[in-house]
Amino acid sequence: MTDSMARPATDQSSLELPLRRQCPMAPPPEYEDLRTNGPTRVRTPDGTWVWAVTRYQDVKTMLSSPDFSSDGRTPGFPAIKPELRALLANPPFVRTDPPEHTSERRPLIPEFTLRRVQELRPGVERATSELLDGMQRQGPPADLVEMLALPLPSLVICQLLGVPYSDHEFFQARARVLISQNSSPGEATTAISELFGYMDQLLTSKQRNPADDLMSRLATEHMEPAGELNRDRVLRMCALLLNAGHETTANMIALGTVVLLQNPDQQALLRESPDRLVAELLRYLSIADLVPARIAVRDTELGGAAIRAGEGAIALLAGANWDPETFDEPDRFQVRPDDQRHLAFGYGVHQCLGANLARMELEVVLPALFERLPTLRLDTPAANLDYKHDGVVYGLHRLPVTWEDTR
Amino acid sequence: MKVTADREVCIGAGMCVLTAPAVLDQDEDDGRVRVLDADPPAEAHPAVREAERLCPSRAISVES
Repeated sequence: MTDSMARPATDQSSLELPLRRQCPMAPPPEYEDLRTNGPTRVRTPDGTWVWAVTRYQDVKTMLSSPDFSSDGRTPGFPAIKPELRALLANPPFVRTDPPEHTSERRPLIPEFTLRRVQELRPGVERATSELLDGMQRQGPPADLVEMLALPLPSLVICQLLGVPYSDHEFFQARARVLISQNSSPGEATTAISELFGYMDQLLTSKQRNPADDLMSRLATEHMEPAGELNRDRVLRMCALLLNAGHETTANMIALGTVVLLQNPDQQALLRESPDRLVAELLRYLSIADLVPARIAVRDTELGGAAIRAGEGAIALLAGANWDPETFDEPDRFQVRPDDQRHLAFGYGVHQCLGANLARMELEVVLPALFERLPTLRLDTPAANLDYKHDGVVYGLHRLPVTWEDTR
Repeated sequence: MKVTADREVCIGAGMCVLTAPAVLDQDEDDGRVRVLDADPPAEAHPAVREAERLCPSRAISVES
């Protein structure tokens, strides 16, 4: 398509992000029209306009194109949660561009390689087993989020970073404020400063008494004066890893459990090919749908739309992962060929740093859960569960389950 | 087939090791891509092409 045929920014729709899921496991129904129409201007909660990008190929192109910047300090950078705009003034590496992004991501790469993640696996298996012991000791019914889905990834990221798990109530409460759409700008600012204060103290103790953990390595090897990163940047990196490390995986464990209970014919795959089953869960649920925000840094063309420098865009990952041009019968939950092609972890240089860790945790915890509790079932109909329609990451606040108690 | 990898753009996502572990690896020290076999046998070609497609930072290049 030539530039002269491309649709200009005046072609705006009446839609506002975030759009609401109607079927809890499927993307918002409006995504279908958005895919048909190609990139479309939609409104965000603070009244600014962004391009909603939903086709698989367009999302891939946008997220790997130098025409789109991730720099959150750029005037007009899109915010789905305007109350968190304060964070963008001094952004962590998810909201910067190379070379700044490279300098923060590189020291973290060795901490999340496939090899390192495999080393963590026995510890994750042990922690899973202990949490399941706890669930069985307490007996049915139980809230799966509280008993398994949240504590497991939280334990794992705490161990990896070197954050005492005993402090989890403190930082999880702050994280809940940050990701909820219902918190005020004042509450968000307080939560941010309390979380940073906590991480700052911890960083000081790591400098004095380094241990075999990520925060100690950052503090002693990569932070000034010994290293290349100033203290403030290291602090932001650690706070981001702590939050991103448990909230996302917790939601995948809880929603994944519901999907598997709804699709009992797929449960055999938990033993046969957990990796492929997890890939399909990641595609099907696409919980980080709203995360990849960008801003155009020069006039460009994407999927037939003329996007001008300074205009924001959001790659809607659930739209891309349900694109029938790429995925046959996308609304069916089924292990498929080329199963790693989904974009649930994003694409481009900002693709999720913790993807290998998240995959491994899911590949351990879901088979273990269904093996330990083969009679597991929902204690509330799936349609009535408490879904996180209010967050930037989709998930479940609670998941009441029950099982036949054979104690 | 000639397989090359650009370590400067690599972000260590590890999709290549997941897809073609006989041909591509992550460096023990810095976690970035290493080519283990620059001219892999024919049976490895589909996996290497898939690794090229899946690489999020487009660090892997394959010439036939």
